[in-house]
Amino acid sequence: MIHASLPELRRALDARQISSVELATLFLDRIDALNPRLNAFITVDHDGALASARAADERIAAGDAGALTGIPLAHKDVFCTEGVLTSCGSKMLSNFVSPYDAHVVSLLKSAGVVSLGKTNMDEFAMGSSNESSYYGAVRNPWNTAHVPGGSSGGSAAAVAARLTPLATGTDTGGSVRQPAAFCGITGIKPTYGLVSRYGMIAYASSLDQGGAFGASAEDCALLLSAMTGFDARDSTSLERPHEDFAALLAAPCSGTRPLEGLRIGLPREFFAEGMADDVRAAVEAALTQYRALGATTVEVSLPNARLAIPAYYVIAPAECSSNLSRFDGVRFGHRAAEYGDLADMYGKSRAEGFGAEVKRRILVGTYVLSHGYYDAYYLQAQRLRRMIAQDFQAALQQCDLIAGPTTPTTAWALGQMADDPVQMYLSDIYTIAVNLAGLPGLSQPCGFGVDGLPIGLQLVGDYFSEARLLHSAHRFQQATDWHSCRPADAA
Amino acid sequence: MSLSNDQVGHLARLARVALSEVEIDATRNKLNGIFDLIEQMQAVDTTGVEPMSHPQELATRLRDDVVTENDHRGAFQQIAPQTEAGLYLVPKVIE
Repeated sequence: MIHASLPELRRALDARQISSVELATLFLDRIDALNPRLNAFITVDHDGALASARAADERIAAGDAGALTGIPLAHKDVFCTEGVLTSCGSKMLSNFVSPYDAHVVSLLKSAGVVSLGKTNMDEFAMGSSNESSYYGAVRNPWNTAHVPGGSSGGSAAAVAARLTPLATGTDTGGSVRQPAAFCGITGIKPTYGLVSRYGMIAYASSLDQGGAFGASAEDCALLLSAMTGFDARDSTSLERPHEDFAALLAAPCSGTRPLEGLRIGLPREFFAEGMADDVRAAVEAALTQYRALGATTVEVSLPNARLAIPAYYVIAPAECSSNLSRFDGVRFGHRAAEYGDLADMYGKSRAEGFGAEVKRRILVGTYVLSHGYYDAYYLQAQRLRRMIAQDFQAALQQCDLIAGPTTPTTAWALGQMADDPVQMYLSDIYTIAVNLAGLPGLSQPCGFGVDGLPIGLQLVGDYFSEARLLHSAHRFQQATDWHSCRPADAA
Repeated sequence: MSLSNDQVGHLARLARVALSEVEIDATRNKLNGIFDLIEQMQAVDTTGVEPMSHPQELATRLRDDVVTENDHRGAFQQIAPQTEAGLYLVPKVIE
């Protein structure tokens, strides 16, 4: 059952081969056994999980089960969960038991999903290695001396090690796709505005978007379908009819060329220097497989892609410095034990509550928004953002989706980039532009590097093309078995 | 671009983050590295490009001017660092 797909779990639950309580217990036991080594969870909610599982079993018995009723899941600790610690990986919120649920959390609760707990993450989702967490680094289940990626590293590691079949995540610059690639699983970040940001602790609001992790595109499609939908409490939530992303996948597939007619664009900038040889080989082998399935490939260009990182490191810190001003030690979160006047209380509470990377981004944001620098930095970055978004639109005139590596290398060793933030920023070169444009992106496993660590293939589509991305990835996964590879338990 | 320790200290004060002299020194080096990266933007001619603040062109939604929220003060203040009689307590601001 541990390695079962979502449809298999559904059938087993519906056929009463296993109860939701038994299933939750199976995964909770696994977390208890393996998490001490991986540190993928900040909070394991044994009691809450078993209570939801009992309720799910009643729904199943009453014939009232949906696609996810009774299925275990873990939430990234960025999502507010009522009555459960919601730390965001920070000392600042290490005492924050949320008084309310995020929209995503309440949607999944209503669907009967069983939350096993909250996963570890880079502090306030700022990082690409999960080493900036106040709760310590997460370890990659394929090799515990390596990072799992970030910022949703705990979610990705937990799914890869099968501590949970599903997990939620968020993606501001690659934080779902990059850890999915590093951990050998599938992850999708939908179009900006599809998943409500209500109760999702803000980092950079015009970029933050909730996403889904699973072993396969099919599992991700089922989870994402339950996470999306209009929410009036998020001012950027999109009013669109609800979409079932799994429906297209379930359609019967006849013949050996199910992707006949699909045009895949390969941005020449993503295949230039900077990509490791083993990543290139795996990505090209995956593209050969896509062509065997009927797809054609065409070279496209994203000429401003290299500017995505500098533009992002203006826009994201600017929004972060504004968003994180709410953490002042007054209404919730950490307050310094000793202080003099009010300004001293703010300064000390924030100095103690935030880690080094969060402080750096707050200071960069404060600078670029300062009087006299606003035009040169913030507006310039926003103009580049439009140029980058226009590049994608031009490229997508020539193709149905864009493919390339998710990351330039496999997961690096713990500590390797700890002292060089800029080097770590540069590792997000293929993912960040997608957030600036607000497009959907997916990462799926497509091989292993010379070090035995997983490699991801990124697919990017036009706005609202989630179903096409998931369908393409699903057909690839029906013909290959990279997504079925699992790390050894004691890695 | 190269920030001085004084400039970093000023930014930290604006951002209400108390940094010691040692932290300012360490932070300054890292910030200068980040600004070297950001400076690459300046070489690009963006004349005539409309700034893009958001991926979707959305107008702010309007709603009827009616009460939609319940009172959560009790629950919200339970997690506050210091409250009294329904108020959040902070150091005295006005003597």
